[in-house]
Amino acid sequence: MSLLQRLYAPQPQAQGKGRLASVILLTVLAAIAILVPLLNLTMPPGSALHVPTYLVSLLGKYLCFAMLALSIDLIWGFCGILSLGHGAFFALGGYAMGMHLMRQIGERGVYGHPILPDFMVFLNWKELPWYWYGFDIFPFAVVMALFVPGLLAFVFGWLAFRSRVSGVYLSIITQAMTYALMLAFFRNDMGFGGNNGLTDFKDLLGFDLQADTTRAALLAATCIALGGCYLMCRAIVASKLGRLIAAIRDDEPRVRFLGYRVENFKLFVFVLSAMIAGLAGALYVPQVGIINPGEFTPANSIEAVIWVAIGGRGTLYGAIAGGVLVNYAKTVLTGLIPEIWLFALGGMFIAVTLFFPKGLVGSIPAAVDWMKTKAGGGGGASSAPLAKEAGE
Amino acid sequence: MPARRRIDRGFSGFLMVLFIAMALLAPIAVQAAEKLESLVTELGTAKLSKKQEVVDRMIATGAPEVIGILEALVGRDLYTRKSDKKVVIGRKAEGRQLLLIDPVTGAEIGLAGSRDVKRVKTNNKLRSSVKATMGSLTLMSPDPQRRLEAAQGLLKSDDLGMLPLLETALSKEEDPAVKDALVLAQASIRLQSDKAEDRLGAVGVLAGRTDPDSRVMLSRLLLKDGETWREPDADVRAAAEDALADMERRLQFWRTVEHLYQGISLGSVLLLAAMGLAITFGVMGVINMAHGEMVMLGAYTTFVIQEGFRAAAPELFGWSLAVALPAAFLVSALVGVAMERGCIRFLYGRPLETLLATWGISLILQQAVRSVFGPTNREVGSPEWMQGAMESVAGITLTYNRLYIILFSLCVLGAVLLVLKKSAFGLQMRAVTQNREMARAMGIPTGRVDAMTFGLGSGIAGIAGVALSQIDNVSPNLGQAYIVDSFMVVVFGGVGNLWGAFAGAMSLGVVNKLLEPWAGAVLGKILVLVAIILFIQKRPRGLFALRGRAVES
Repeated sequence: MSLLQRLYAPQPQAQGKGRLASVILLTVLAAIAILVPLLNLTMPPGSALHVPTYLVSLLGKYLCFAMLALSIDLIWGFCGILSLGHGAFFALGGYAMGMHLMRQIGERGVYGHPILPDFMVFLNWKELPWYWYGFDIFPFAVVMALFVPGLLAFVFGWLAFRSRVSGVYLSIITQAMTYALMLAFFRNDMGFGGNNGLTDFKDLLGFDLQADTTRAALLAATCIALGGCYLMCRAIVASKLGRLIAAIRDDEPRVRFLGYRVENFKLFVFVLSAMIAGLAGALYVPQVGIINPGEFTPANSIEAVIWVAIGGRGTLYGAIAGGVLVNYAKTVLTGLIPEIWLFALGGMFIAVTLFFPKGLVGSIPAAVDWMKTKAGGGGGASSAPLAKEAGE
Repeated sequence: MPARRRIDRGFSGFLMVLFIAMALLAPIAVQAAEKLESLVTELGTAKLSKKQEVVDRMIATGAPEVIGILEALVGRDLYTRKSDKKVVIGRKAEGRQLLLIDPVTGAEIGLAGSRDVKRVKTNNKLRSSVKATMGSLTLMSPDPQRRLEAAQGLLKSDDLGMLPLLETALSKEEDPAVKDALVLAQASIRLQSDKAEDRLGAVGVLAGRTDPDSRVMLSRLLLKDGETWREPDADVRAAAEDALADMERRLQFWRTVEHLYQGISLGSVLLLAAMGLAITFGVMGVINMAHGEMVMLGAYTTFVIQEGFRAAAPELFGWSLAVALPAAFLVSALVGVAMERGCIRFLYGRPLETLLATWGISLILQQAVRSVFGPTNREVGSPEWMQGAMESVAGITLTYNRLYIILFSLCVLGAVLLVLKKSAFGLQMRAVTQNREMARAMGIPTGRVDAMTFGLGSGIAGIAGVALSQIDNVSPNLGQAYIVDSFMVVVFGGVGNLWGAFAGAMSLGVVNKLLEPWAGAVLGKILVLVAIILFIQKRPRGLFALRGRAVES
C-alpha cells in the first residue's frame, strides 16, 4: 500500500478495538469518579465497603500520572517524538496551581503575612514578584497551568522542529531542558520556594484540602479531566490529522515531500501534549499537597516514559493503564522492600523494550488475534498501526 | 604548649644568634661585655619604662640565650622567684606547679607553686616592640621559614630604624619567597617615612605587585580622615591611584587565568566522561544511559583497590591508582560487554529503545552498588604526589590533582586515538561502522567487534571514574551527575568524533567557568544548557559532523 492509501484507507478493525477499549476505559473512570467518593463518604469507616481517604488521594495521584502518561503517548506513540522533558511540563502546571494554593493561604501562614508566602517573608522579600500577580484568581491559575507549559513547548518545539532536530537529539535536549529548569527552581532567589518548593496549602476555592469531601471532589475532577483528555486525544488520532501525524512518525520525509509543513503538525501535537501534562500537574498538586523542584529531575521524565512503554505505546488507553499499573507497583514494592523498587523498575525497562515492544496492554490485541487464529476463527492479524518503530 | 616550642626554637637558633653577633651587632656592640646574668636580673626589677632599654642591652650582648629569654618575656613565661629574686623561665608542669628553668644556662632548677613566683611585668607596647626586634634578629636565621616569618612580621612594624637592617638582609637573601616578603616589608616601612620621595619610592615598588597586602597598603594611602587626606602629598596619591588601577588590571588577568585553568580542568573531566560516550553513542549509535554508571563502577573499583592497599600494604599506597586504572578499565569493560551481548545487540537501529533499556540497566547498577557499598559517600584517598597546589603571583592557587587530571585526560585521548587509528581492532571497528555488510563479507566478526567496541567505550568510562574519584564524592549517584553533561558534550562536539568530544568538552568547561563569576554557578550552567539547545538549532549534528552507522535517524 502506498502511503496515501494507508493514510486514507478505512481501518474499521482498529477503530472497533479502539472503541471497545474507550468504552471500557470511560466506564471505569466514571465508576471511579462516582463510586469511590460515594463509598468513602457514605460508608462508615468499619464497613467492608468503605474506601479509606488515603486510597482516594492515592487513586487521584495515579490518575494524574496516567494523564501525564497519556500526554507522552500522544507525542511519542503517535508522532514518534520521544520527549524526556514532559516531567517539566507537569511540574510547571503543578507550580502554577501551587502558586494559587500559596496565595489562598493568606494570613494563615507561619508568619501571617497577608500577601507574601512564608518562604518570601523568610527570605526577606519586601513585595510579591510580578510573576506572582494574578495567581490569587483561580481561573487565572488554571489558564497559566495550561499556558506556561504550552508556551515553553511552543518556543522549544518551534526552535527544534524548524531546524529538524529529531530522534535522539531531541530526546537529549528535552532532557537538558528539564535539567536546566531543575537547577533554576532549586535556586532560592527564583521566587518559587527554592528546594522546599511550595507546600502547607490550606484550601482550594474555599474548601479545606484536608476534608474528605474535597479529596473526593478532586478525584472526581481528575477522572473527568482524564476522560476528557482521553476523548480529545482519541478524536485527534482518529481524525485525518491523526493519520497525518502517524504518517509523520512512520516516514517524515515522505510527508514533507507531499507538501505538508511537518514542523507545524509536530508543534501542534507537542504543545497540546505539554498542556495536558501541565493540567495533570495542576490536578496533582492539591492532592499531594506539595510541589518541589524534584519533579524536574530528568529521572522523573524518563520514568514517565516507561509507564507508556509498559502500558503500550501508540494506544492511548494503554498509556493510562501503564501509568496506573506501574505506580501501583511502585507503591506496593517500595512499601514491602524499598531496595527492590529500583531493581524492579530497571527490570521493567529492559524487559519491555526487549520482549514487549508494544507494551502489556498494547500486546493484548495481538494476543487476542493469536488466540482466535488458534481457535480457527481466522480474523485479521492487523492491529493498531505501528508500522515502524519511531526513531528508526 | 607554644612556650616550649618557642624555647626549643630559641636554642636551635644558636648559630643564628652567633651570626648576628658577628655580622650585625658587633660594630655597635658598645655594651657587649655586659654579663647577661645581671641584665636578666635587671629585667626582673626594672620599671616598665626602663625595660625596653634593658632588652636592647641584652640583645647587644649577642648571647645565644637572649632569644629564648625574650620569647619567654613575650609569651609571659618569665617570672621572678620570690625567695631570692632570681629571674626564671616557668613552664606549666603537673597540677598548678611551674617547672622553673634557669634562663641563662637552660638547666631545670626545680618546681615551684604559682604563689612562689611573680610574673615579670610587661605591657602590650613592650611586647610588640620586643617582637619586632626579635623579628629583626630572625631575619638572619639560616632557616628560610623563620626568615620568612620574620619578614612577614615586619609588615606591621612602622620602625624606620629597621630599614638599614632590611637593606642588609635583602642584599644577602637568596630565597625568592623571603626576598619577596622583605621587599614588601621594606616598602611597608618606607610608606611611614616623613619624606614624600621615600613614600613615592615605596609606591613604585608596590606598583609592580599584585598581592593583597600591597593592595591594602596602596588603598590606605587614598583614604581620608574627615577632610584631610591621610597621604598629604598629591603626587604620591596619584601614583598610588595609578598603581592600584594597574594592579586591578593584572589581578583581572590572573583571575581569568585561574578561571581558564578551572575551565580546562572541568573540560578534561567532561572529556574523560564523554570520550567513552563518543564511541558508544557516536560510533555505534547506542544511547547508553548507563554510561554514567560505568564511570561510577570505575570510581568504586578505585575505592575497593585502595581499601585492599590500606589493608595489605599501606606503604605502597602511592601505587594504588596505578593498579586501579587497569582494574577499573577491566571491570567497566566487562560490564559493558555483558550489557552489549545481553541486551543492546537486540536493539541495534532502535536508538530510542536502547535509551530505555540502558536506563533500566543504570537503575539496576545504581541500586546494586547502593546495596553493596551503602548509600553514603565513600572516601577515596589521593596519593601524596597529587596533593598540594602551586600558588601563583596573585594569590590564586592551581591545585595539582586538577593538573594531573588535565594531563591524564590528554593521555587517554591520545591512547584512544592511537587504538582507533593504528590498531587492527580500530581498523575493524571503523570498517564495521562504515559498512557492516561489507565488513562481514570481508570476514570481520561484526558481533565481536560490536561487543569489543562497547567494551572499549565502557572501559574508558571506568578510567574516567578513577580520575573522578580524586575530585568528587564517590557515591551511587556519581554517574547521574555527569550523564547529562556528557551527552551535551557529545551532541555539541559532533557525534562520532573524538576531536569533537575534545572541542566540546573544553569549550563547555571553559565557558562554564568563565560564566560562573558573574552569573553564579547554577545560572552559568543553565545558560550553557540553553546555549547548547540554541546551538543545536544551527548545527543539528554538532561542531564536527560525522557519519556513523545509526547517526542518521
